[in-house]
Formats: sequence, structure tokens, C-alpha cells
Amino acid sequence: MKPATTYPARRDDVRLLVIDALAPADAALRETRSPALPDFLAAGDLLVVNDAATVPASLRGHDDAGNDIEARLVAARGDDRFAAVLFGAGDWHQRTEDRPPPAALPIGARVQFGALSAEIVAHSPASPRLVELRFAVGGDALWAALYREGRPVQYSYLAHDLPLWAVQTVYAARPWAFEMPSAGRPLSWEILLALRRKGVRWASLTHAAGLSATGDPAIDAALPLAERYDVPAATVRAVAATRARGGRVIAVGTTVVRALEGAAAKEGGLRAGPGETDLIITPTFRPRVVDGILSGAHAAHESHFSLLAAFAGPDLLAAAAALATRAGFLTHELGDSMLVLPGALAVRAEHAHG
Amino acid sequence: MSNPIAGRNVLVTGGSRGLGRALGQALARAGARVVLVARHADELAEVVAAIRAAGGEAHAIVADVADREATHAIAGQAAAAVGPIDVLVNNASTLGPVPLRLLLDTDCEDLERALAVNLVGPFRLTKALAGPMVLRGGGTIVNVTSDAATEAYERWGAYGASKAALEQLGRVWAAELAGTGVRLVNVDPGEMDTGMHADAIPDADRATLADPTRVAREIVALLQAEPGPAPGARVAIRSGPQAEVSP
Repeated sequence: MKPATTYPARRDDVRLLVIDALAPADAALRETRSPALPDFLAAGDLLVVNDAATVPASLRGHDDAGNDIEARLVAARGDDRFAAVLFGAGDWHQRTEDRPPPAALPIGARVQFGALSAEIVAHSPASPRLVELRFAVGGDALWAALYREGRPVQYSYLAHDLPLWAVQTVYAARPWAFEMPSAGRPLSWEILLALRRKGVRWASLTHAAGLSATGDPAIDAALPLAERYDVPAATVRAVAATRARGGRVIAVGTTVVRALEGAAAKEGGLRAGPGETDLIITPTFRPRVVDGILSGAHAAHESHFSLLAAFAGPDLLAAAAALATRAGFLTHELGDSMLVLPGALAVRAEHAHG
Repeated sequence: MSNPIAGRNVLVTGGSRGLGRALGQALARAGARVVLVARHADELAEVVAAIRAAGGEAHAIVADVADREATHAIAGQAAAAVGPIDVLVNNASTLGPVPLRLLLDTDCEDLERALAVNLVGPFRLTKALAGPMVLRGGGTIVNVTSDAATEAYERWGAYGASKAALEQLGRVWAAELAGTGVRLVNVDPGEMDTGMHADAIPDADRATLADPTRVAREIVALLQAEPGPAPGARVAIRSGPQAEVSP
């Protein structure tokens, strides 16, 4: 499968592959387009989205010796501090793994990003390129500077720069995400309101999606870092009510799975409020809260693909990946979608006959 | 009040002068967490400092609502400062060059600038902020309009057309947002004793003009009223001296 290299003409009109582990093997896959999403959810289901806005997390600048530095913010660490991955010369047109590493910067080194300066105050044990930056300003002044100096993280497979609007979902609120929670990118209000008319409820949480890959094996082995989330009380109530009525909880994206399952795995179960999770969803992971996922299209070799295994078996997923490849599905941030939801195609059948 | 503004996150554009400044102060006094947007950093900083000195919470975002690139920067900075926005007041507006000109003498660029500030800017910001409001099931958007939107005053063509379009957009927003918990209201504050009014009509008798502080208080009361105005309603506030003699 190839990555989508441009923003789709319409946010909400991309390919959608529906994967239903409860359907007979010869009828467990359905290829359609994203506007049909409401056909596969039922009244009483709950769609949970990550409402994090995407931060312009890429800062370009130089160190005191004049060496080019790109910092990609990966986690907030307080009023004036962020964890960041440093890159050297070059830009997003090159694959991150092909870029030279940045000059070695000791603790106390200063980096200047336009009018914004920062100091390296810590190195990660995983890599000296994974650092904590303390900026010269904090709070409102820092956010103003980030929006002035920063750009969204870019991807080498893209044909053009992504502007800030292109990495926001239609419901983005607090700027917590350092890369777009892209599973929700194809959701328009047309689709969300159609879901509501059908009796599907929505709920939100905020999850600070960090970088998925940096091209540095030492750092990538440490990813994803523990990421913070905030689950509103209304969402906890909606999840409980949905499960009590026998409805299904559908996560939009792996960030929502991580936040809900990470919270649910803690003592006392899913509770409202902020938290942090280092939960990694593996093929053997058995979700407690989430029944299905709306995800970007992923190829079988991608690490994200293994996350889908919590919601469908390996044979079905292999068949899905093969179909998506044959059908020319596009992957990555601007690509097509997959809905992995047991029973999704049965809803469709009822709908068609009803 | 059954719909208290205390603890709400409110964003006001055009927050450094006139009605916007008065609204920021009135909202903060009512307990709102206020984010003010304006182009001029120094003026804005003064307003924010005054609100904080009075014990209120205020944050400044320096931006031009007509700047297409500023939309998500404003939305992001506001949410970083106070959290998701509950109330958006589209107050910023421009008259265009003064003295106001006849349409026959109005430069096309000046009409475009009026539309950019008074219509397109509010559309972009509403689009960015109403989405998360709908997701959470509640919120309010106020478009500040003018009687120039409904009356054909000579020399007010560019401004009046932009405000008429803003009002119509507001009515359609309200229709589309019906049932989502998010409401939109067009508010005509009447003629106020502001710098903008003085720019437009320098020889006006200021005794006949409303005090923006008083108008701001009435808008805050409107936001707190339960039930509030009908969705898409046009509410005319008349708190000038003439209003005092009205029954």
C-alpha cells in the first residue's frame, strides 16, 4: 500500500474498508467510502474521539555554533518545558532516517528558534537526541511563540507542506497532540450528525498523541512515550450507559484505545480526569472497554496494524490487508480508513432489509 | 442566574477597544475566564492587566481575525490558555477608511477588507470553535452586528453589507446547529460612545450615545438569561440615554 501524498479533495470522502470478525469468512470484508460509515454503526453505539488539536510541533532553528537544528516536540512537561526529538540539517523532504543527526548538544546548550530561545535541560537515557527543552518564556507567551515559529510535523512522502488547518480534526479543541490524531480526519459534521440521527452517541477525550517514529532506532524503540490524557466525566458515563444497554464502544484511532484502555487498566477502572498511560496495544491485548476501532488504513507490516488485532483475527486481517492493497487503498495521515468492528456488517444487513 | 457565565471560557475578538474591551471586563467580573484577541499588543496588554488587577482572569492573543493563517493559532492558543471555549463573541470589525465614502468612491479593496474582517474572519473562527462545542453538546456564539445591516445608510455600504452577510450567516449557523446545544445570536449593540463611532461620525452628540460598559453588562445578562434568545435571533440592545426614557 502506498501513502497518500496529498490532502483528499474532500476530508470526508475517502475509501473505507469494513472488517467484521463476526461475519462469515467470505463476507467479513466490505469496501465502501467514508460517507457510508453510519451504515455500519447501530443505535446505542458510542463513538469516542480524541479532541486534541494538533500543535505546530516542528521548530527550526540553530545552536550557538550555527548548526541547523529541528526540534519536534513530543510531550508537554510543564509551563515552559517540552520533551523534544532533535534533528540535524535537512528538512522534511528527506526521510528522517536519512537525515544527519544534530550536533551533540550538552545540558545547558542553547537553541534559537526564530525569536524563541530554549535551553537543553535533560537528555533521555534512550538517546541524547531525545531531550527536555526549557523555553525562555512559559504559559501564554510560549504558546504564542509556538504558533508563530512552529509548523506541523511534516512527512517525507507528502507532495506539499501541510498547513496547520490540514492537521486538525473538525472537533479539535485543546492543543495536546504533536501529530494529528488522523483516524478522525475523515469525520465531517455531515457524517457525525448522520450518526447522531441514527442514534449513535458521541463522546470525547483528549489524548496527547506523540510522535510515532523518528528514524532513530534507539528513540523509536522507546516510543510511544507515556502520554497524558483527560477523560471527561460525561464520557465515563456514556461508556457505562452504552455497555449497560449492550451497545458497542468504537474508538476513533489508537490514541483513544490507549487512553480508554490505559485508564480502564488502572485500579478502580475507567474514571474521569487526567492521567498518563504507557499502555502498548499488542496483538495479544484484550480490550476491556473498546469493541471496535475506526483507524487509518494500515499495511500488514506497519506497527499500527498489530493494534487492529485486538478487534479481528490474524487471518481476517491478512485478507483485509490484501484486499486494501489490491484496491489501491492509501495509508498514513492523509489516507483511507478501516473500521474494525465485530458485527458491523450485520448492522448493514438489518439496515438494508429494514 | 440559571445559565451562569462564571467559570465559562469566553473568547472575545476585538478585545482591546470599545465594546470588546468593555465585554472582556464585564465577563471577567462575572467570573468568566476571558481570552481577548486584538491586533495591537500594547493596548491588549493594558486591558488584560486591568482585568487581572481587578481579580479577573484574562489572556491576550495578538492576531488579526482577517488573517487566514491566524484561525487555528487563535483557537489553539485560546484552548491552551483556558481549555475548550464555551462562548465566542465575534466582536472585531472594521469600518474601512474614514471618513466613510460613497459606494461610488469606495475602493474594491476596502470592501474586500471589510468582508475579510467582519464576515470571513468570524466565519473561520466560528468554524474552528463551534465544532468542539457541538462535540461537547453546548456553547454560544455571539455575532456583534449593527443597524447598518438592516438600514440603507448612505456611506455605510461596505460595512453594512458585511454586517448583513454576517447576520444571515448567523441565521444559517443557527438553523444548522439546531438540536446540538450550540446556539448563535446576532446582537446589535446600538450606537455607542466608542472610538469607532467617533471615527465614523466625528460630530455626533456623545450625550446621545450609549456607554459601552453598560451595553456590555446587558450582553452578559443576555448570555445568562434562561431561556435565552431564540437561536438565530437578532437582539437589539438599546441602552443609550433615549432607552432610559423608554417604558
